[in-house]
Amino acid sequence: MFDSTRRGFLKGTAGTAATLVAAGLAASPKAYADDDEIVIASIFDQSGGLDIYGTPMTQTCELAVEEINAAGGLLGKKVRLIKYDPQSNMELYAQYAQEAALKERVDLVHGGITSASREVIRPILRRFQTLLWYSVIYEGGVCDINNFVSGVTAVQWVKPMADYGFKTHGKRCYYIGADYNAPQIIGKWTEVFAKEQGSEVVTKDFFPLDVAEFGPAIAKIQEAKPDWLSTCLVGAAHTGFYRQWYAAGMLNEIPIVSVTFGVGNEHVQLSAEEGNGIVSAQPYFQELQLPANVDFVKRYQERFGDDAQYLNSVGIGGYLGTMLWSLGVKAAGSHEREAVMTALRSGDIAWDGPAGHMVVDPVTNHVIQDMHMAECQNQTWNIFESYSQMYPSDVIDRCDLTKTPDMNAHLGPNL
Amino acid sequence: MDTAALLIIEVLNGIASLALACAGLAIIFGMMRVINFAHGEFMMLGAYTTVVCTKTLGINIWISMLIISPIVVGIIGIIVERTFIRFFYGRMIDTLIATWGLSLLLIGIVTAIFGNIIEGVSAPMGSFEVGIYNVAQYRMVLIGIVILLFIGIFLVLTRTKLGLIARGTMQNPAQASVLGISTQRVYMVTFALGAALTGLAGGLLAPISQVIPTAGAAYVAQTFITVITGGTGAVTGTLVASGVFGTVRQLLSYEFTPVLGGVGLLIVAVVLLRLLPQGITGKIFRRSL
Amino acid sequence: MTVLGVNLRNWETWGTILVGIAMVVLLFAGPHIFDLFLLFKVTLFVAMAILALSMGFIWGYGGILCFGQSAFYGLGAYTYAIAVGNIGESTAPFLLAIVVPGAFAALLGYFVFYGRLSDVYLAVVTLAVTLILYNFMRSTAGEEYVIGAQRLMGFNGISSIQPINWPGDGSAWLLPDEIFHLAMFCLIACYFGLKLLNRSHFGRVAVAIRENELRAELLGYDVRLHKLQTFTIGGAMAGLAGCLGVNFNSFVNPDVFALNFAAEIIMWTLIGGLGTLVGPMIGCIGLLMLKFEIGQQQITNTYLIFGGIIMLFVLLVPAGLLPTARQLGERYLPMLRADGAGDGRGREAAQ
Repeated sequence: MFDSTRRGFLKGTAGTAATLVAAGLAASPKAYADDDEIVIASIFDQSGGLDIYGTPMTQTCELAVEEINAAGGLLGKKVRLIKYDPQSNMELYAQYAQEAALKERVDLVHGGITSASREVIRPILRRFQTLLWYSVIYEGGVCDINNFVSGVTAVQWVKPMADYGFKTHGKRCYYIGADYNAPQIIGKWTEVFAKEQGSEVVTKDFFPLDVAEFGPAIAKIQEAKPDWLSTCLVGAAHTGFYRQWYAAGMLNEIPIVSVTFGVGNEHVQLSAEEGNGIVSAQPYFQELQLPANVDFVKRYQERFGDDAQYLNSVGIGGYLGTMLWSLGVKAAGSHEREAVMTALRSGDIAWDGPAGHMVVDPVTNHVIQDMHMAECQNQTWNIFESYSQMYPSDVIDRCDLTKTPDMNAHLGPNL
Repeated sequence: MDTAALLIIEVLNGIASLALACAGLAIIFGMMRVINFAHGEFMMLGAYTTVVCTKTLGINIWISMLIISPIVVGIIGIIVERTFIRFFYGRMIDTLIATWGLSLLLIGIVTAIFGNIIEGVSAPMGSFEVGIYNVAQYRMVLIGIVILLFIGIFLVLTRTKLGLIARGTMQNPAQASVLGISTQRVYMVTFALGAALTGLAGGLLAPISQVIPTAGAAYVAQTFITVITGGTGAVTGTLVASGVFGTVRQLLSYEFTPVLGGVGLLIVAVVLLRLLPQGITGKIFRRSL
Repeated sequence: MTVLGVNLRNWETWGTILVGIAMVVLLFAGPHIFDLFLLFKVTLFVAMAILALSMGFIWGYGGILCFGQSAFYGLGAYTYAIAVGNIGESTAPFLLAIVVPGAFAALLGYFVFYGRLSDVYLAVVTLAVTLILYNFMRSTAGEEYVIGAQRLMGFNGISSIQPINWPGDGSAWLLPDEIFHLAMFCLIACYFGLKLLNRSHFGRVAVAIRENELRAELLGYDVRLHKLQTFTIGGAMAGLAGCLGVNFNSFVNPDVFALNFAAEIIMWTLIGGLGTLVGPMIGCIGLLMLKFEIGQQQITNTYLIFGGIIMLFVLLVPAGLLPTARQLGERYLPMLRADGAGDGRGREAAQ
């Protein structure tokens, strides 16, 4: 979609990037990062509207670093984590990414929550040759060798829900989402999946992130009489939708299959009646009964005590991403970027963590992982179906990093 | 027919929630000329009070919303006024930066206490049917409460001695003080009243919105635009402006998108102010308050 | 004591000379003393300082309380991004980024000043216009929102914006130190341009209007036209700042039109000192640095510290940094005592 222009940009930057980095290195009085420690940075919003996602992500990232250090560190060195709080402000994302790459010379930036923030720091980190790890469920389509993604993509994550909705509830789906690129692209994917099922998305409605009043929207949905409702609402303000939906007595009228319900812990914040019956698929639920997860949840709760929150598929991202990266460093025997990238992309990086078996895929730089479909009842998730080792095949027709390692794009569905 | 009935309810509801959110600001800014940038945060405090009372303390939701929220935020208002705001009277622009700092501090304190997670309470009562539509009963009750509230404000300001003193002091503090009125006390009480109304709004809106430390930000711009467009007669002006804006926003939101609803509100505000440069009550309803 | 018509006993003269020297030194020494990261950061500060300057000018000297100066900054940023995305060579986009916001300011100015809007009503109209742009830009995520070859991208914002190049050669992009030079040069030009303007007949009339609009009008000055001109200059300058701002990180999103940013510009001016030109720049850089540093501490949450600092500040330094420093200076350094001609008296009038 943005292919041509992005590639043009890349060609332009490729030349200057090397000079820039050289200039930076020469001008800086600071020596290369201390030799007895490995420095990584996290950039997650711990204040502002997105802090409901960023705070637990920072916690789990911190926990991962502590556990790595408790087990003797990496390559015999301690790992030091620099935590930045971009305050839900894109400008600060850019500034901190620059600081992490140029001033602190970190080996990894683990960050970005919304696709918007990832797209701010991705070009910066690529330009300054600093590894980026993105660990949030998202619309898929990032094709950039410098960016590893442990979040699931539309095909891994949205498709099971769409298939379930069209098979169980009926052929007419009404889609509502937040008004930015990720929900827009997910809406398009939903249409693609609908077509595969011989079904349709009757209407797509998008709401800015600060809209909290859904009266007119609910009236419109009632009018359209869809078989089921797919929601991709994001952020605190949008939680109001579920509350108003229940108050209007709609919860038992039109079933909801939600892409995002629960990732802001909506199911705990809303009362039991307001969330009962909502279905969602996620790569991780705190309720997962894997031994590795039961143990992990205990460690997390012990470490953060009262500050511990319900861990959802977004919150745990800080842990999963950091641990997977550490496997790459161990396999490479070095924390230098090229070596770690090669090791991570060898196809041999596999791990059984709290979210089950995970494999880093060299074709997409994404992670092959399990998915679970669950229904919300009394503020907990009852998993009723699991999908093993889903492959992020969203855009492999156009993106194969083993063949075109220089590609740098964010691709959408091919309509 | 169903749609028409539903639209009328939606419009009334939109007007009611806007007027409710503005009531406290109409007093604090409209009468006292304090640009209270922390207005949204006062609402947020009211909402948290309701959530804590109902969820943690198990108090009846109506008592929490209608009585405890305004009292708690009113008391917070007194504390803030005595320790901070009173240094800025008569310096309108400086109140902007002072209350901006205050709003950030309040968000910070609430985040420190409750954490940055979404809270909320369910709306009391069920829903009723309007033809093919379901409408929450709570929305109807809200409209009734707002009507009563504004009647109450009018009566207090026009029919009581307190209201007379307050209006007199705001218009001419020096004269009032010559007449033996403790202007400091009047300011304090008026500010507390405005804060309490804001807390009440926060409490009443809690069941239909989200409750997080940063929830206030969504209200600041629209309430200021409404109160200022209302003009010098703070209460009447706010009510009229809410009527116009609420109608425009709700109809456009229903017909098109909420974005267009918001944009429509802003455009109407700009056009109205161009035609009536002193606000609505600068030209019409001039003798109102 | 006057030399070449310049009063050497005026604190303001010395201030201007000192500021000028400091800026020129920074212009040449910057790339040598800063590492690449700092250079980026300072470039952003310089761009924001130009924005602060524009606000200091229209509010502090023109008496126009615009609650939407950020709109012109944002328009400059978006104009540059869209134009360069289409044209690919930055000379025309650079100029457009000044002309478009300037023209928009003229249009908006005509609308408000000829409608006799002032005071809070003016503030609220400019704010409303900014928020309209905000809402509009945020709803352009769909593929149908495209200008030429450049999609508007909605909430996500436009990223990977091509930086400014040497005029004529679309592939000879300016290096970070060159962008810094350009930004610094623009800042110096704006600062001294405004200084000259304020000393001219135009500037004196502007101050007269600020002090007493009715009196100026009765003396025969066209107040509306004068305000319109002041406002347009401020808008064009803010647009320039926006253009330089996107060059810092090749990115712009609708947050440039958000309430927070609009309010922050006002805070810069109040913190630095209304009625001065240097004050808003100091306030701007100070506040930006504070915000940046707070995001790196993990002691307690950002809001608590930030809010606390602002509240303490307004209690302790109610007049703003520069006027307070001047008062202290006049008290302890008698030779700098102003003999009536100085400015920095706009605060009372602008309230």
